[in-house]
Amino acid sequence: MSIGIITFPGTNCERDVAYAFEALGADTEQVWHRETSLDGIDGVVLPGGFAHGDYLRTGAIARFSPVMAAVEKLAAEGRPVLGICNGFQVLCEAGLLPGGLIANRDLRFICRPVHVRVQSPDSILTRAARPGQVLTIPLNSYEGNYITGGDAVRVMLRYTDAAGTLSDAANPNGSEGAIAAVANTAGNVAGLMPHPERAIEDFMGSTDGRILLESFVASLEAVPA
Amino acid sequence: MRALVTITRRPEIADPEGATIQRALVDLGYGDVDGVRVNRTIEVSLPGRDQEYVLSAVRAMCEKMLANPVMENYEIEILG
Repeated sequence: MSIGIITFPGTNCERDVAYAFEALGADTEQVWHRETSLDGIDGVVLPGGFAHGDYLRTGAIARFSPVMAAVEKLAAEGRPVLGICNGFQVLCEAGLLPGGLIANRDLRFICRPVHVRVQSPDSILTRAARPGQVLTIPLNSYEGNYITGGDAVRVMLRYTDAAGTLSDAANPNGSEGAIAAVANTAGNVAGLMPHPERAIEDFMGSTDGRILLESFVASLEAVPA
Repeated sequence: MRALVTITRRPEIADPEGATIQRALVDLGYGDVDGVRVNRTIEVSLPGRDQEYVLSAVRAMCEKMLANPVMENYEIEILG
């Protein structure tokens, strides 16, 4: 079982993501955005960064990178596809996830741990988590303010306080419905703004990211052949 | 021929940058300013093409990439 980590020009979390998945015992493979085939890859992660300089809109250029046709095919086959931060923005632009991400409510870059509450276990991101569980995971973004655009959305994580309570103060970036993560209808494509790969070892301040990444790894094997 | 594309945020989506500029304009003494929106313009040059072609090509570009209907609207103006 191999996880393809898609790297665009300007992506900068691909090594962190590989480190995290390898720490969980998974095999990873770096995949450059010019690749057109994902043969031998069982699932893909689009990591954080600033793909193609975030020009035009975050993710707007990356969604036309050659590899994206193969990512769309993998998604259509029911294989796990996860977007983290900038990767989430790319998946929204590509139409693989509903909605979009705009500048934070306060126009400030946010870089700190936040609390997110598990809304649903029905996705490749949350299947190992229990509904209501509160996780502490770092957020690191300027355009993290999620809007549904009127689309129906399956919410996987919401920003809350440490007790799991929703409030305006606990919503760091102004996201509609305090949405931190969503999935498609089938649950095999998911995206989140916080960085689970930065919360996997004690020295990082939290190991809660493991639950989300373990969900992804478990999903690699659960796909029907 | 050149076309000017103006990308605007959908009106129901907040524009914190525009709101900040508006507050500063009010502080400057322009108390009657009741709205500021920050838009983006993109100039596309298509030499040797007629207006009909440019309009249709640039509209397709907007639909595919230049604008995201989840958050944005667009207008196209022919510059000649």
